[in-house]
Amino acid sequence: MEIYGYQRKALHSDAISTLPLYRSAPPLDVRLEDFELFAIDRLRVLKGISDGLSRGKKPEEIDNLAKDLWKANMRHPEASEVVNKDIISHFVLRLVYCRTEDLRKWFLSMETALFRYRFRLESAEAQRALMAEFDLPYKAVSNSEFESMKDNLGQVARSIGQPLTPADTKFYTVPFEEVPELVAGRRVFVHKGHAYVAMNQVVSLVATQFRSHLSKALILTNRKWTSSIREQEKDRLTPIVEALCTSYLGPDYSEPREFAEISIRDIDQIAMSSFPLCMRHLFEKLREDHHLKHGGRMQLGLFLKGVGLKLDDALAFWKAEFSQKVGAERFDKEYAYSIRHNYGREGKRTDYTPFSCQKIISSTPGVGDHHGCPYRHFSEENLRAALGKMRVNSRAVEDVMDKVRNRHYQLACTLTFEAVHGTSCDAGINHPNQYFSESQKVVQSKQVEDV
Amino acid sequence: MTREEIGNGSEDMVIDECEPEGRERNSVPDEFNANYLKVYYGKLFPHADIFKWMSYGNDGKHPACDQSYFSRREFSYTLDNDIYLRYQSFNSASELENSIKEKCPFKIDIGPVYSVDPAKRHAYAQTGDNVFTPVERELVFDIDITDYDDVRYCCSGADVCLDCWPLMTVAIKVIDTSLRDDFGFNHILWVFSGRRGVHCWVCDGKARRLTNEQRASIAEYFRVYKGNENSLKMVSFTGLALHPFLARSYTEVLKDFFESKLLLSQKLFSAEERYEKILEMIPDESITSELRGKWQENKRSSISKEDTNVVRWQQLKHILQSGRLKAQGLRRCVEEIVFSFTYPRIDMEVSKHMNHLLKAPFCVHPKTGRVCVPIDPNCCEEFDPTAVPTLSKLLEEMNVGALRPDVDNAEWDRTSLGKSIRFFRSSFLQPLLKSCKEEIENSYNAKLQHSKNSMSW
Repeated sequence: MEIYGYQRKALHSDAISTLPLYRSAPPLDVRLEDFELFAIDRLRVLKGISDGLSRGKKPEEIDNLAKDLWKANMRHPEASEVVNKDIISHFVLRLVYCRTEDLRKWFLSMETALFRYRFRLESAEAQRALMAEFDLPYKAVSNSEFESMKDNLGQVARSIGQPLTPADTKFYTVPFEEVPELVAGRRVFVHKGHAYVAMNQVVSLVATQFRSHLSKALILTNRKWTSSIREQEKDRLTPIVEALCTSYLGPDYSEPREFAEISIRDIDQIAMSSFPLCMRHLFEKLREDHHLKHGGRMQLGLFLKGVGLKLDDALAFWKAEFSQKVGAERFDKEYAYSIRHNYGREGKRTDYTPFSCQKIISSTPGVGDHHGCPYRHFSEENLRAALGKMRVNSRAVEDVMDKVRNRHYQLACTLTFEAVHGTSCDAGINHPNQYFSESQKVVQSKQVEDV
Repeated sequence: MTREEIGNGSEDMVIDECEPEGRERNSVPDEFNANYLKVYYGKLFPHADIFKWMSYGNDGKHPACDQSYFSRREFSYTLDNDIYLRYQSFNSASELENSIKEKCPFKIDIGPVYSVDPAKRHAYAQTGDNVFTPVERELVFDIDITDYDDVRYCCSGADVCLDCWPLMTVAIKVIDTSLRDDFGFNHILWVFSGRRGVHCWVCDGKARRLTNEQRASIAEYFRVYKGNENSLKMVSFTGLALHPFLARSYTEVLKDFFESKLLLSQKLFSAEERYEKILEMIPDESITSELRGKWQENKRSSISKEDTNVVRWQQLKHILQSGRLKAQGLRRCVEEIVFSFTYPRIDMEVSKHMNHLLKAPFCVHPKTGRVCVPIDPNCCEEFDPTAVPTLSKLLEEMNVGALRPDVDNAEWDRTSLGKSIRFFRSSFLQPLLKSCKEEIENSYNAKLQHSKNSMSW
């Protein structure tokens, strides 16, 4: 792909379907802004699928999720540009996600899930064309042949615990040696050298091919990246690529919404009811020790900003605590500045955004620090105690610990939210301020009910 | 005295022991030794047929014939004193014949066709383009009755008798039908292994070109028995139905064999030790204790004329199939029991690898002296492993036949081997070679057509 600053010419695709196989980077010219924007849109789709998968959604739910995400994010004002956006965004993300084993694994899984969903939607001819592109020699079974085979095909389906529904009439035949895994597992009807493959099995096989092609391509991309591209593009594309995979894609809570404004009077009560564990902990430590180290000040301070604490209130709040330890004067001299800095009133005047879960989880609290993600950084004992203080019931605590053991820290926090508030949180927690606003919604609706 | 009156091998052996004088001139002491083998290789072993088979039509004059094909096939010899010679290869039928006659191997194995003549293998690399690697090999199966020792009570180990041999018959029927109907293969040769089992050679071109992974998938398709000493149930059917292949095997072969033959010949329920083994396969205490109770009572008083085994099996079936059972583990318990006893048990490793060596048909088994003769799958119930011609018997027959020299016929035609060789030729070799010839000609014509097309404007 050529990337330059002005108008591009589009590639006209001859494919029957609009489902590209991303075999090779197309000779498209891409604008620099689109390079990043297209990739971000696609990343929203992939991350959405990732969330759905880690929340254990069923395949049909994933399909619907993928459909909605794709529709919402992958549009383009010019209809002819939709396919190009698809292709360009895929190849940009290849650069982003080829760089480590973990990134590659994640990208492979999400792209394959996405491909699987899109393949299922294609028409029968388009599917056959795609199968041909993968060199899969499948022939569709005619209706009359299906009728004559129906009993046997139904029997095979029942034998593997997947009885046919009236909708399952699409079958393909293929020489049996092409599907050794299905034959070995007796998961297909084999007759005169032909295996009769059900639609869902075909999807699996095609998806496996897609995945293996992409896997090989990613290794090659990584080689090219490390050997030439990264250096060549260090002033242009490389910073974009490197930032993309860690980007948090939700709302950034830099502009606190009106209803979320809080005052210092309410802060203790609100901390008890609506702060996520990470912030509760920092808040409690601050009250206890009248001090927090830099990491903790940043994490809690920006969170409070996002929650709606105004600068003046923030200064008063922190001063009230810190002066008990270091004295009012030292506070004004050494700490006030950085609080004002966080609110964008000093120096660069960058209005810092509150940290997302991703950022908090990946931080490295040291001795004397209290920031970071408790689900990750606390010992089991401490975490259990903390959850107990939040009055999470023992059953939920076990579920949470299970998630923690599997390193699903955000899921653990979500479960905590659900246990504390007695409602489900389908979206999953990605940001402490999200926890807070969701919590406030529940709390306030309960208040309305009580009245 | 006609050939038929000589009778079967076992009778002869008895007569030899009791009345040595009367038959001294023609009888051969019942031994297997190098001298007998030499005569066998000299006069009876069908060298030319083996050559023709292994050439798969490439020994013809057609321009598309691959003259190197036969010479890329590996043979291996086990000589006297257990000396083992691998990577033997030959350029012609006469080279093969002379080598066998000269070396007189106790066992001949057939390996794969390699990318190059095995004799030249050291000149080739392990990896890259010019490799020494198998390129073709028949799809083979090896079924040995010792793998059934846990379900046969009449014999154990190397012995085999007419009560347990039918297990092999059943294996042939199940596998042969599946190879033809399910996988579409046509050129299949079943061979007696000489003592206690059978081998199967699938020789279609498609079969010969299967990869190891594809061979493994077919072997897995055939595999049902999945336990070891620690599991109580070796066979477990968990689906809502049986795969059509298994269902067909059950209704067409296994059920009837179990109920009308094996039950009785092995007396599966006649002793507590034996029926406990079956009760172990039923995962329901209430059912097993009910049956146990019935059978312990019945031990002494057997009023019914019907065989105990049949009665008890009916009782077991009745309880398990009475319809009131919904429990998962019981749904197919009856079938699981039948399969455990009767379903074929193939040696997976033999089938999975292209480079696995397998004994050649028409070899003589050193321990029994019997010839590894072909078995006709269409009438395999009639095959009697105890009546297969032995080396000594054949030599005797030759001696007898020598009294009336019949110049036109081959030596083997005057012996009991004649039937086997004629069967080998008419049922297997000729149809195979006809099909090979067609295949060679068709692919040649296709190539011609292709090059014509690519040259056209």
